[in-house]
Amino acid sequence: MARSRYLPDRGLSARMAFTMFLLGLLFVVLGAVLVRYLGALGLILIAGFMVAQWFFSDRVALYSMGGREVSPQEAPELHAMIDRLCALADMPKPKVAIADSDVPNAFATGRTPQRAVVCATTGIMRRLSPAELEGVLSHELSHVAHRDVTVMTVASFVGVLAGFLTRMVLYSGMGNRRGNDSGPPVVLVITLVSIVVYALSFLLTRALSRYRELAADRAGAVLTGRPSELASALVKISGDMARIPTRDLRQAEPFNAFFFTPAVAPGFSLSSLFSTHPTTERRLEQLTRISTELGRPG
Amino acid sequence: MSWLDRALGRSKPPPPDLDQLFAVPDAALTLESAMGIRPTGLGSVSFRAAEGGAFASVANDVQALLDADAGPKVERSVDAFGYTWLLVRREPDDVSGLVTDLHAVNATLQDNGFGPSLLCSLVGFQTSAGARLGLVYLYKRGTFYPFAPSGEQQRDNALELQVRGQLANDLTIEADLARWFPVWGAPGT
Repeated sequence: MARSRYLPDRGLSARMAFTMFLLGLLFVVLGAVLVRYLGALGLILIAGFMVAQWFFSDRVALYSMGGREVSPQEAPELHAMIDRLCALADMPKPKVAIADSDVPNAFATGRTPQRAVVCATTGIMRRLSPAELEGVLSHELSHVAHRDVTVMTVASFVGVLAGFLTRMVLYSGMGNRRGNDSGPPVVLVITLVSIVVYALSFLLTRALSRYRELAADRAGAVLTGRPSELASALVKISGDMARIPTRDLRQAEPFNAFFFTPAVAPGFSLSSLFSTHPTTERRLEQLTRISTELGRPG
Repeated sequence: MSWLDRALGRSKPPPPDLDQLFAVPDAALTLESAMGIRPTGLGSVSFRAAEGGAFASVANDVQALLDADAGPKVERSVDAFGYTWLLVRREPDDVSGLVTDLHAVNATLQDNGFGPSLLCSLVGFQTSAGARLGLVYLYKRGTFYPFAPSGEQQRDNALELQVRGQLANDLTIEADLARWFPVWGAPGT
């Protein structure tokens, strides 16, 4: 009988769900503190931030990298590749863009599949073979299918709000107000809660981002049926990334979360806890496992 | 895909819808009587070959199965995008035989767990003026669309839309025109 060769990674789903749960909990805690001590002002703060971030998130990566939408006539190969992948995955075709940059990378933006843009840099198209590029594109299309821009926007909201509060409370006159009765000073409570929430949410969003990269790798590899091509692209790019001049990379770094592989300066070693992407070894290991699953005789 | 699968990043390629293909013989009759477009007897199945030994052996099985009956052999080719095409030849009038062959490919792939690898299927037609027309079947959508290549990277949209109008009652035509992607040089067109 028909059965699927594509086994879900339950451990990954569970870790992801748990991380999201913790982030939600943080949000509730921060929100409760704000509303408790600031009342209506707290609510307005939260709502305002949500709206601003929601609209800002949509195209930020595309603008920052100077991606330009291309028609099927301008880039027939790229379009054809994406056409076929979308037909395989049964998803609406996203807009296709090319960024004129030698940093070898690709990214997807847009909160919904209808608004999505998949962008590849000229650098990545020059370096990768068609099959490898297809692997990278299927990874990006999986980000679109998983609504990762939305998920990460919502997930990072707590951290952004907490970071903003930490600074604002410290520098503004809000500290002059006292709590209603004999409670602790408002400024102290909000600052402390914000700092703790900020630190925790930072770690959690980074963890969530890493999990979602792994999920996109998995879904992308399963879609093309060629995990090894994606692995090979990964090796090529991560090797190349280290050789790119630092100046370009520093400009690129704030937008790492949307990238296929993060741009880090050479010799730059962040603890894996702070990283938006899993290590290349971790990603390769998963792809090897999928490759073995696929090759197992029926 | 459910919202939960999206939220947890567990998307997977959807299974194909195989049965719609059997509507093609009726559509072929409609095309011939209404527009003088006749089948060429060529049909092809396109799938994404997965890496590894399992898929290779399934693909060989499929070819052996189709080659087992008398008549011309199935031709296998790989296009520029890495998709495998199996080209089946029948007599121009034997559209139902052609569809049965195509279905055999689909069923074998699906039984071995590679159903999600199916991309599209194509049945070749020709207008009385000699222009080529492919009826492309999208497995994941269960829909058809016409593809009429009229030159190097050029397609005859007028003919395609005309065919869409004629076949509206026989086949489920893909409503989203953005998904009518071109298959240049596909075997069978």
